[in-house]
Amino acid sequence: MALRIGCAAAPGRARDNKTGSWRVYMPVVDMEKCILCGNCILICPETAVSQKDDEILFDLDFCKGCGVCARECPGEAITMIQEEK
Amino acid sequence: MVDKSLELFDCGHRACGGCGPAMLARLMLKGTGDDVIVVASTGCMEVFSTPYPETAWKVPWIHSLFENAAAVASGVEASLKHNNRTEKVVCICGDGATFDIGMLCISGAFERGHDITYICYDNEAYMNTGIQRSGATPYDASTTTSPPGKMSMGNSLPKKDLPQILNAHGASYVATASVAYPMDVMKKVEKAVNTPGACYLQVHTPCSTGWGFDGAKTIEIGKQAIECGLWVNYEMENGEFVKAKKVRRVPVDGYLKAQKRFRHLFRPKPVTEEIAKIQAIADANAAKYGIDIELNE
Amino acid sequence: MLQIMEGSHAVAEAAKLCRPEVVSAYPITPQTHIVERLADFVADGELDAEYICVESELSALSVCLGSSAAGSRVYSATSSQGLMLMAEVVFNVAGMRQPIIMSIANRALGAPLSIWNDQQDSISLRDAGWFQLYGEDVQEMTDQHFIAYKAAEQHDVLLPGFVCFDGFILSHTYEPVDIPTQEEIDAFLPPYVPYNKLDAKAPISMGMYATPDYYMEFRYETDQALQRAGDAISAAGKEFGEMFGRDYSGHTESYRMDDADVAFVALGSICGTVKDAIDEMRADGIKAGLVKIRTFRPFPSKELAKALAGVSKVAVLEKNISLGSTMKGAVGPEVKDAVTGTAIDVYSYVIGLGGRDIRKKDIRGIANLAEKGVGNMFYGLRTEVL
Repeated sequence: MALRIGCAAAPGRARDNKTGSWRVYMPVVDMEKCILCGNCILICPETAVSQKDDEILFDLDFCKGCGVCARECPGEAITMIQEEK
Repeated sequence: MVDKSLELFDCGHRACGGCGPAMLARLMLKGTGDDVIVVASTGCMEVFSTPYPETAWKVPWIHSLFENAAAVASGVEASLKHNNRTEKVVCICGDGATFDIGMLCISGAFERGHDITYICYDNEAYMNTGIQRSGATPYDASTTTSPPGKMSMGNSLPKKDLPQILNAHGASYVATASVAYPMDVMKKVEKAVNTPGACYLQVHTPCSTGWGFDGAKTIEIGKQAIECGLWVNYEMENGEFVKAKKVRRVPVDGYLKAQKRFRHLFRPKPVTEEIAKIQAIADANAAKYGIDIELNE
Repeated sequence: MLQIMEGSHAVAEAAKLCRPEVVSAYPITPQTHIVERLADFVADGELDAEYICVESELSALSVCLGSSAAGSRVYSATSSQGLMLMAEVVFNVAGMRQPIIMSIANRALGAPLSIWNDQQDSISLRDAGWFQLYGEDVQEMTDQHFIAYKAAEQHDVLLPGFVCFDGFILSHTYEPVDIPTQEEIDAFLPPYVPYNKLDAKAPISMGMYATPDYYMEFRYETDQALQRAGDAISAAGKEFGEMFGRDYSGHTESYRMDDADVAFVALGSICGTVKDAIDEMRADGIKAGLVKIRTFRPFPSKELAKALAGVSKVAVLEKNISLGSTMKGAVGPEVKDAVTGTAIDVYSYVIGLGGRDIRKKDIRGIANLAEKGVGNMFYGLRTEVL
């Protein structure tokens, strides 16, 4: 790949870095308790939480397992579980 | 209106888990929208988001040096103005770049009144270089250049009051915020970028690595800072104080105890004299900004 | 049409004709007359530019960088301490590949404080990645601005450049000068077309950081671009010559070098004095000549070697001091390198620092020393005060 003049780059390549490999604990959501408030989506520092229809999805390619979503979930619907790798 | 679903800060950046500044990067861009040009200073956020060629920024972004973001932004704004372009110009810089090394360029830019929004992500020390004290480091905090010891209780100076300094420059809009209150951050960013002239936003962004707490608690710590009065969220417009977030204030002890940077104030036994000085800072903030909720309210 | 004009005002006219969209500078002697005149142009509506009065040189060049990155042609000017204060930005601009043109009214560096001329300021930033042009007289330094913009903005170059001229000696001197018309310059210098640009419609990140996997390659590419800048300067200088009758295709210019035995190498206004001294020496049977360096960066080694072929001694006249170096001056070692493998002896002579006058007899004295193989020294010291 040729270098781009001035150490410049177009968006997109950050996704090459799969930060999910850093994770020790994995978020798991209990949709029975989830009220779909969207707080976890808004505060995730990794842009790794999304909502599809009535489901909360964690992008495990990028989730670092920090647990801020679980800690701040108003319904305590998210738990962090040790991940088998 | 802020579009919360707008995602302009990409996955794959290299911030620590639970990073306060990373939260802010996302919230900030939701507040600005995509018609924006971001100017960054050297620092944690710049480094974790842009190792060549893996940029996390989906909007135009430029980094030059540690201390000159406000001047680079001035130049960007001048060029946009000359060509009748619509992009908003936003600086995102750490507290070291803002409170200390960047003061010259910031003072010039605010005096000239460029139509820019300067956002400081305030994690209260030089985190990128290994947690050294800055002008934003709070009183008594332990950093690698303000360590406690037989002759020291940590950082011996109070936090510099930068919002007031920039208010005195004639800034159109000056506000403080915290990532602990995401909606407030987005609203203030949106307001700042839509206010003509130079605007300053200082956002408390707790740093789990630098302050010594579990990354899951970033928002919790941010809330504690506000609830004890050591951080005040307020707004000033055209030099006039507008409003501050009111709280039912709690003693500072809980906030201090939750972070390793203040651990020396409690071990081996509480240094009540120093804790009292920090409580006095919170009390002074409360009086200055009128943040205490009165019983009859 | 020739007009009698102060050097600084001629430079301001040149900058105006290049149609910068943003001008940002901080006043410093002896650059001030340039930026004052540009402020007049903007105030009078003769130049449609954003004129940004900044609080320091650090901001002056940083503002230019921001505007350039947003797609504007920009202009700045400075001298001496001002250049040093912006030094960090100077390196940065080259690495970010922004074709900014900045005039340098050359002045000494403190301490001790001196407002007078030498070339220590720009020479000290020789490794910054900017091309450096030096003018001998007001006409040449004026014309070099047009050439500089044209070369800098080529997409195989995209590098910034200094146009250097001796402070006071040229900046404050009135000389007859031909200022091209706007139509002529518009025909020579087309509007700036950026390669990378901050634009919400096509977002890119500029000025990212490079890990050890990439850093060296970026530095290599900048060096390659600076080498190509030499060709672009030469091509622009040739085209300028075809349009205006003043050819600047050469990075060097030779004076009475055909049968020269001793050659001077020099940059800037001193060359006029040297030419007069050479004429006198020639009349006395001394075969002296001059090779003037017009482009100091990229260093024109091949052209210089060709110009110096056949001489036995070279005296490099240095208005700078590389403190602690063997040859004293910073230009000498590069001239010496250019003639490596020949029998030519190269010596540096540090002269004219901090505004010290250089007289024809000094030039002659240096020729005598070079003939005797004595050099790499200060020349013209007032030994009585040492």
